[in-house]
Amino acid sequence: MIDFEPSEEQALIIETVHQFAENEIRPVCREADESGTPPKSVVEAAHELGLVANALPEAQGGGGERSAMTGVLIAEELAWGDLAIALAILSPGLLGFPLSDFGSESQQSDLLPGLMDAGFVPGSLAIVEPRFDFDVYHPHTIAKQDGDEILLDGVKCQVPWLDGGRHLVVIATEAETAGLAAFIVPRNIAAMKAEPELMMGLGGLPTVELTLSGVRVPKSARLGADDADIRRLIDRGRVALAAAGIGTARASFELSLEYAKQRETFGQPIATRQAIAFMLADMAIELDGARLLVWEAAAALDRGEDATRLARLAYDQTTRISLQVTDGAVQVFGGHGYIRDYLPELHLRNVAGFASFEALTLI
Amino acid sequence: MAIDFELSEGSKLAQSHYHAVAQEQMRPISRKYDLAEHQLPVEWVDYWWNEGRSGPKERSGKPNDGFITVCLQAEELCWGDAGLYLRMPTPALGGSAVSAAGTKEQQKRFMSAFREEGGHPIWGAMAITEPQAGSDAAAIETTADFDPETEEWILNGTKIFCTAGEGASTADGGFIVVWATIDKSAGRGGIKSFVVMANTPGMELIGCEKKLGIRASDTATLRFDDCRVPKENLLGSAEVRKKDPTQSGDKGFKGAMATFDASRPIVAAMATGVGRAALDFLKEELERQGITIRYDAPPRELTAIERDVIEMEADLQAARLLTWRAAWMMNKGKRNNLEASMAKAKAGLAVTKITQKTVQILGPVGYSKKLLVEKWMRDAKINDIFEGTQQINQLIVARRILDYPSAMLR
Repeated sequence: MIDFEPSEEQALIIETVHQFAENEIRPVCREADESGTPPKSVVEAAHELGLVANALPEAQGGGGERSAMTGVLIAEELAWGDLAIALAILSPGLLGFPLSDFGSESQQSDLLPGLMDAGFVPGSLAIVEPRFDFDVYHPHTIAKQDGDEILLDGVKCQVPWLDGGRHLVVIATEAETAGLAAFIVPRNIAAMKAEPELMMGLGGLPTVELTLSGVRVPKSARLGADDADIRRLIDRGRVALAAAGIGTARASFELSLEYAKQRETFGQPIATRQAIAFMLADMAIELDGARLLVWEAAAALDRGEDATRLARLAYDQTTRISLQVTDGAVQVFGGHGYIRDYLPELHLRNVAGFASFEALTLI
Repeated sequence: MAIDFELSEGSKLAQSHYHAVAQEQMRPISRKYDLAEHQLPVEWVDYWWNEGRSGPKERSGKPNDGFITVCLQAEELCWGDAGLYLRMPTPALGGSAVSAAGTKEQQKRFMSAFREEGGHPIWGAMAITEPQAGSDAAAIETTADFDPETEEWILNGTKIFCTAGEGASTADGGFIVVWATIDKSAGRGGIKSFVVMANTPGMELIGCEKKLGIRASDTATLRFDDCRVPKENLLGSAEVRKKDPTQSGDKGFKGAMATFDASRPIVAAMATGVGRAALDFLKEELERQGITIRYDAPPRELTAIERDVIEMEADLQAARLLTWRAAWMMNKGKRNNLEASMAKAKAGLAVTKITQKTVQILGPVGYSKKLLVEKWMRDAKINDIFEGTQQINQLIVARRILDYPSAMLR
């Protein structure tokens, strides 16, 4: 039966995460963007909330409550605080969820408990490549069997690289099958060079360009995921990212609403001018519409259905409207929207990346 | 209770039932009545009156989604033909007004004829707009003066753009809800709704408009020349409400405006149906040409057409979900003024873009009257205009999100 109201439990999660975002994340988002990394205290405090751990398998110490819907609700609120910090906080899932879904028992017992320890341990996933014609379904990073080992060669970018991380998931094209495959790779492996990268936005999330030159991992490093499985993972990534996009855009919209009501021109608040008021109305409409697409995709994921089309619609729409909203916010703020004293320019820089992001977070 | 996107069994049943009706009863005569603009579509009207209005046969007992199910019906039937949908012998907006503002007695008196089996088709309609007043509904000038001797209200004025106005004014048993002012100086406080039965002396059908689209719909001009209606036909309390500047927005005007919160989601659903007709046809035509839409192709590989179609699908689905949300709020008895306007604004805009883009993509084929595609573009446009223009809905949304009274944002 169609229902748009979160359950009591969902509502509590939203409220809790929102409070955290407002009190802990928002005040430090500018500092994180300028410094290139989130304050350690924030990610540690978020780790205490157990947002990712709650969704990991019970057998390994997690809460066992995996839900795409819960995931998108959380992602939106965290990203409302700040997109980069949100992605940092959720990064353990980049390792945790592929392990949950495709890891062998030994892979799971080796690596999952570490994500749920007392201290925050970041995760990472390498999927996007620095090419104009990048096709996420046919990466140029190749995995080739060599006896008992697998050789990995290629270049990845937009790889989250927070301090303290020990492993990452690498998505590659498997030479033998020509299909997608995923491998667990230790971060400190010699044949892999991690070069810090600077992007237009996401300043608060340290990322690297990763060059894999004949990286050798044991066959046991391969996750039990075939091409179809990785495609589903990509779908989940899109839905999760779309939720984060909505959160960022919503933050932008709310700030511009507030600003427009108090900023005056020619004797009246600019919100009383139709040009501005209609921009704000359009932002609100598109935000709500895109959020419903994200929810619909999440609901399909939770029902175990093929969500490729819905994930695509949700992600594409979010990419479009979040740019419309954040650009609109900069516009509403006028000159003040252009300076780094105010957040609209940060939000715009963050969402501009959506056209190329993949699996920067998962649900 | 939690977020859920699964339609109930009853909804799915309604969806497939009305889709079949659209396919079998509406599509075959769609072009015929688009061309024969002022001819009564008898096949459709008779079908609906004698068979269609009883709905799906296996309905009873199955849970449905309340107003969302009504939206599904509207979407499917407008997927069939939006003009014919508006020509259905049904209480329509007139019925909504009676349900929203009428007493129990009035609801029984005016609506029972629509529930009776047999007889001839009858229509309900609502007449608000005048040559000089559309969006500014409070500026209407049709007057209603009370005759204490006969205890009748006397209506004088002209109404235009009255949907189903021809049917509702001429088929005995039907009615038109007419907005008139009992005191112009009182502004919206003086505006009341009056039920005028078909063929009431003094109400004259001047004619129907020639339109861009929804040509099967009878969009009427009605003149009221000392048209007398009994006092029991004033919707709401029979108590005569004289001008009272201290009594702002009594049930009359506000109650009538609240009708729109209920009808806007339906109109948004209608728009969605037309948009979907275009999109469905486009995808089928592309398939015939060997072009499939790849939802998993990288953006740089997508053809322009694929990119357009994916964007149109997303927009249409966003409009549909916003509509369902507004309808769902009605199910819950929640005030949905903001959400209904969001749905209407988005739907009107989305399907205008979708139908126009579809014509463009299909080139000469999309432009030809051999196909219904060009008709859907013409039919879609009205959704951006009637029952609250896009700009009015943007204004409502803006006022609500800014928490501004109308005086602060015009």
